[in-house]
Amino acid sequence: MEPLQIAEKISQAFPGEVLETSSFRDQVSVHLKKDRLYDICLMLRQDPELDFDYLVDVCGVDYMGKKTPRFEAVYHLYSITHRHFIRLRVQVPEEDAAVRSVVPVWQGANWHERECFDMLGIRFDGHPDLRRVLLPEDWEGHPLRKDYPVEGFKGEEDWPGYTEVVELSRKLKEFEWGN
Amino acid sequence: MPGKKTLSDGSKIISGTNAREVLSGDAGVLELEKGLKIIPGANTIIASLDKLVNWGRQSSLWPVTFGLACCAIEMMATGASHYDLDRLGVIFRGSPRQADFVIVAGTVTKKMAPIVRRVYDQMPEPRYVISMGSCACSGGIFNTYSTVQGVDSFLPVDVYIPGCPPRPEALIEGIIKLQEKIKKEQMRWSPFR
Ligand code: SF4
Repeated sequence: MEPLQIAEKISQAFPGEVLETSSFRDQVSVHLKKDRLYDICLMLRQDPELDFDYLVDVCGVDYMGKKTPRFEAVYHLYSITHRHFIRLRVQVPEEDAAVRSVVPVWQGANWHERECFDMLGIRFDGHPDLRRVLLPEDWEGHPLRKDYPVEGFKGEEDWPGYTEVVELSRKLKEFEWGN
Repeated sequence: MPGKKTLSDGSKIISGTNAREVLSGDAGVLELEKGLKIIPGANTIIASLDKLVNWGRQSSLWPVTFGLACCAIEMMATGASHYDLDRLGVIFRGSPRQADFVIVAGTVTKKMAPIVRRVYDQMPEPRYVISMGSCACSGGIFNTYSTVQGVDSFLPVDVYIPGCPPRPEALIEGIIKLQEKIKKEQMRWSPFR
């Protein structure tokens, strides 16, 4: 199926859920409201004509200062049987940064959603185990947000695990040879 | 029998070798270099303990490898057949318990820092640290919230090797620099230090 036909099919099955369809170099994005994302994904997975059996990626985007709603969760889908692609872009507002988890549809979404939560702070409701994957579990903040400085918050308290190591090495310095 | 040439201080140079005959007699004492004498007839070497210990240490340095990023590839290439670290007596050891030094190769993140420190703490004395690559030396291009700005903030580094990544020749040069440093040490074997 052509990607534009897939987009058409989604907007027919869920009227009012599709905000817009955009296409760039034959890659079609479907911009969605977040409320019925789970049902749309289930349809894409189960419809034998579509049969999106492979969730390529889940990631997030922060559009701070560029547009509202601020966040977007992006799903790349591929069908191994029919060899077609589609991209879903789900609008996520800042006040209620949460979308429904699609782990029941694709098991592979598990760690992708955890990473998206870790880096951008978008929560995924219904996720079986929503913890950080990349950063330490007691890390504060979500570094891929645009209001998080790249160099970190200079002059402020560092991650305690790291300050402990620096402290320990200062203490053990007297046992080093040559001191 | 090689010929001998007498120097002004009375010692003799044996031609064809670097050795100098210091005392002649049945067991002539030859000085191979400063502080290292040999008695050929008696199969005896005379040297300070420092010299012997340091010689032993520098000739068989086993690094515990700590490959963290792209630099680790270069470290592996140095250990492989083309550059062949084995000929320097350097054999990668996968355990800190039997290692002499650690090569920190790559970007150290704050999350990884406690683990690097623990591996270092598990190594027996005498131990050394080589920090390989700009990332390990100073944070390199990653001036970010998650990267340690130089491993020297929590490890005593002996040799810094700059470069992104350093070529194998640079790593070999760094190891030779470490050998030179070990050669100059005094009394590191002593319990009183
Ligand atoms: S110094 Fe360069 S090559 Fe080495 S770990 Fe850093 S970025 Fe990679």
